[in-house]
This record gives sequence, C-alpha cells and structure tokens, in this order.
Amino acid sequence: MRRYRYLIAFVTILLKEVTRFMRIWLQTILPPAITMTLYFVIFGHLIGPRIGEMGGFLYIQYIAPGLIMMSVITNAYANVVSSFFGAKFQKHIEEMLVAPIPNWVIVSGYVCGGVARGVIVGIVVTLVALFFTDLHMHSFWITAAVVLLTSILFSLGGLVNGIFARSFDDVTIIPTFVLTPLTYLGGVFYSIELLPRFWQRVSLANPILYMVNGFRYGILGVSDIDVATALFVLAVCSAALFGVCLALLNRGVGIRT
Amino acid sequence: MHALEIRHLTKAYKNGVVALKGIDLTVDEGDFFALLGPNGAGKSTTIGIISSLVNKTGGTVRVYGVDMDTHLEEAKSFIGLVPQEINFSQFETVLDIVVNQAGFYGVKRPLALARAEKYLGKLGLWEKRNHRSRTLSGGMKRRLMIARAMLHEPRLLILDEPTAGVDIELRRSLWDFLREMNAAGTTIILTTHYLEEAESLCRNIAIIDKGVIIENTTMKRLLAQLNVETFILDLRQPLAAVPEIDRFALHRIDETTLSVDISKDRSVNELFARLSALGIEVASMRNKANRLEELFVRLLAENGPSAAATRVAPGATRP
Repeated sequence: MRRYRYLIAFVTILLKEVTRFMRIWLQTILPPAITMTLYFVIFGHLIGPRIGEMGGFLYIQYIAPGLIMMSVITNAYANVVSSFFGAKFQKHIEEMLVAPIPNWVIVSGYVCGGVARGVIVGIVVTLVALFFTDLHMHSFWITAAVVLLTSILFSLGGLVNGIFARSFDDVTIIPTFVLTPLTYLGGVFYSIELLPRFWQRVSLANPILYMVNGFRYGILGVSDIDVATALFVLAVCSAALFGVCLALLNRGVGIRT
Repeated sequence: MHALEIRHLTKAYKNGVVALKGIDLTVDEGDFFALLGPNGAGKSTTIGIISSLVNKTGGTVRVYGVDMDTHLEEAKSFIGLVPQEINFSQFETVLDIVVNQAGFYGVKRPLALARAEKYLGKLGLWEKRNHRSRTLSGGMKRRLMIARAMLHEPRLLILDEPTAGVDIELRRSLWDFLREMNAAGTTIILTTHYLEEAESLCRNIAIIDKGVIIENTTMKRLLAQLNVETFILDLRQPLAAVPEIDRFALHRIDETTLSVDISKDRSVNELFARLSALGIEVASMRNKANRLEELFVRLLAENGPSAAATRVAPGATRP
C-alpha cells in the first residue's frame, strides 16, 4: 500500500515536470534544435569539408554524436535546476515537503523529469542531424545506456545546484562557467588524440569526455576511451550524486528553515 | 484523543533569535482551536514545525498520537496545511494544483478529480478550474489554498491567517465552510489577526507571545475574564460638557459621542436610566472593540512592556 502511494507521488512529480517543460516548449525544446542546426551548418557544412576526416568519418558525422550529447547534458541539467529553484522561489516546493513523500521519491521524480527532457531534446537534435548527414547506429544498447546515465547524472547535478541556489544568478553560474567549458573540452568537436600527451591525460579527468565518447561509440563504433570504463564512471558518479542529493534533502539544506 | 500534542517545543534560529521557548500545547480531536499572538510571537514557527517545514531545536510533536520524530510520513498524512503566503505555481491551472497535491498524498487520480469537483465547487472555484492560478483574484487564491489542503481529506486542518486581505463577505463564506468541515469531524487549528473571527469560530484558544504560551483555555473562560467593557454612545444632541454619573466612567470623544466603561457589576439599563434622567438621548450604541481584542491587548500588556508598547492586533483599538 505504501509503495503504491509512493508510486502515485512519483508519477505526479514526473507528470508535473513533463507538463512544465512541454508547456514552455518554445523555451525548452525549440532552442536546442535551432542551435544544433547552426552548429551543423557552420561546423559540418562550411568548415567540416576543409577539415576532412576524423576518426575515419566525415567531420560532420564525427561531431554529430557529441553535439547530440551536448544537448542532452545541458537540457537535463537545465530542466532540474530551473524547475527546482523555481519551486523554491515560488514556494510551491512546500506542496511536496508537507506531503508524506520520502525524499528519494522527490529526487527520483525530478531526475526522471530531467531525463525525459534530455531524451526528448536528444531525439529532436538527432532528427536535425539526420537532415544533414547519415548516422548508422553501431549499438543501440550502448547508445541508450549512455544517454540514460548521462541524463541521470546531469539531472542530479542540476538538483544539487537547485538545492544550493539562492538567486537566479546561482542557477546560471555552474552551466556557464563549469558545464559549458567542460562540454567543449570533452571531445565534442575533436578527438583527444589531436592533443599533446599531457593534455590528453588532463582530458581524462573531464567526466563529459566519457559521455561523449561512450555515445560516439554507440553511434559510430569509435571512441577515445574504453566504453566499459565510460559506463562504469557514469554509473558510479550517478549513484554517488544520488546519495549527495538525498543527504542534502534529508538535512533540509536550502528547503527547510 | 489528542489531535495534536506538543511538549517543550523549542526553536532557536541560527541568527540567535529564540522563536519558541519550550511551549506545551494540546488540541483535542474535533476541536476548533485558535492560536493567537502578535506578529513575531511564534505562531508561524509552531505551524512550520508541525507541518515539517521548519526544523525544531527541541521537544516533541505528536499528531493523533504519532510521533513526528519517529513516524514522520504517517504524522504528515493526517495534516492539511493552508499557509499564510501564496505557495502554489503561478503557471499551473487550478485543477492541476489541487489534483497534483492529492497525488503527493498518494490519492488516485479518479478520486482526486472527484474531490476536486467537490471542494472547488464548495469554495466557488469549479468554474475557474481550467484557469491559470495567476489570473485568480486574491480571495480566489486564498480559497484555492484551502481547497488544495482538503484534497486528501486531512483529520487535522491548520490554517495560518486564511482570511488575511479577504473582504468581509468572502470571509464569512469561508467561516461557513470551515464550520461545515469542523462539524464533519475535521479538527481545525486557526491563526488569525481578526479576533472577531477567532471568537466566532473557535471553542478553545491559546495565546502565544515572545515564544511562550501566556494563555490556554476555553473561549468562554477567557471571555469571562473580561471585567470591564467599553461602549461608544452616539447621542441625538450635542453636549457641551461630559456628564458626571457615579460608578460610570464617561469620556468625551466629540460633541455627540461618548465612551463609557461598564464593569460587570453594573448594567446598561442603569446607565440609560441615569442618562435619560439628565435629558440625554442615546441614538445608538456599540462595543468600542471586540471583547476578545480587549482581552488580547490586556494579556499582551501584562506579558511585558515591549508587547504592550509596540504590538496591537490589527483592527484593535487601545482602551
């Protein structure tokens, strides 16, 4: 009975989240499609032919998985951080806090909302990519696992940001100054084999490198790093961050006086 | 059975403010209970702790015998909260807000929809169910928060100033709704600055000031403490001077208005007879302040000079 009550609460949070980002699709779904179209036009069609091949593929084919993954990462993160901070700002987070819901259900609901947006945007951007180039899936299961784990990880990251955020500035600081540089340096546009050995090693500390390469392997079958390692890193980081979110909510950080 | 049992509840904020200094409070099942106090007395902190929005520093809270420290979820399931501030999403529809809240309590959607129709209908919001909440008037938003709190049909309904800023007609319709819910078995705890509201609705009362309960009794017993009532008399003819009448303290407000303090051992009939004998005709008469307001102000004054000097319930007139 209790589990069924939790399930209803979880589905309610998830539907509330999906309804929220679908209601404002002009701000959530459309912009990544337009941005990625510009990336494909500029880097794929205009600059790509001058670069030639990378990893044995046309440049546009090589960057396509990275660009898709970049959209998944930023949208999963943005969904949870903006929704959770918005709920705090408008105080309607209290609707959940007064209800008999364990914190793990709240975390799961928000994270699945972020995953839903990440996956939907990922599909939209993939359709945009198919308009510019051919993509053949090397392994559906690896692709799906990487997308899922990546969107879970960054939804959890967004939640941590949302928990600590006290102003709208706090919501944008991490995406602007941490997430974007790590994404651009995570091998979206290049293979790390192009870097000097020192910077190759530094790049291995960037978690986004594992996601981009894991996804690239799922689509193209090529990767700068071992795919099993990538999946392992993603799973461990996700589990650790889930624990962090739970501990923060249990202590009432940012939500209780 | 006690709907709520609070023992030695304390709350000290990080900035050093001690909001609650070990309060004890008991509310019986089925009661309509008023928790009154001036701004900053500790009412909202107490409600925040009961509804788990505020972490307590010490003490225990039991809801229908269930300890909130050990069985938080079960205790929460008994409570419906109507907070002081608007706290729903401004972008969601009225129906989504109440049905989602039911979902958080594990109420199945078909049942939630049926209850939404019932409570939104009772509170005059069913026609607005598909409107976004930000388009509602202030009074409608207050009613929406009450409907939302009722969707899981709580045994204990806590209302933190539910009629603040609401016009008198709507306030009285909300009173009728709350009386109906109480008659149906819901225990209600009400905080309000409208003391007429507390006097009209509540059977038991606690007054909190500076984090301490300074009075906790029945409304009847509290009102019985009032030894002197002040009335305003509107006269037919202007008076040049205030008449002197033994055992009645008369004060001039303006040339056609007097105030008079009448102690319990005197009667209004006696006053009228004495005024009539002096040829003074009274056109109308009213209480200077609500009876509970007079007591409230007096109790706060007795509790400390700062309260008496700086805090008066809105609408109350100093005696």
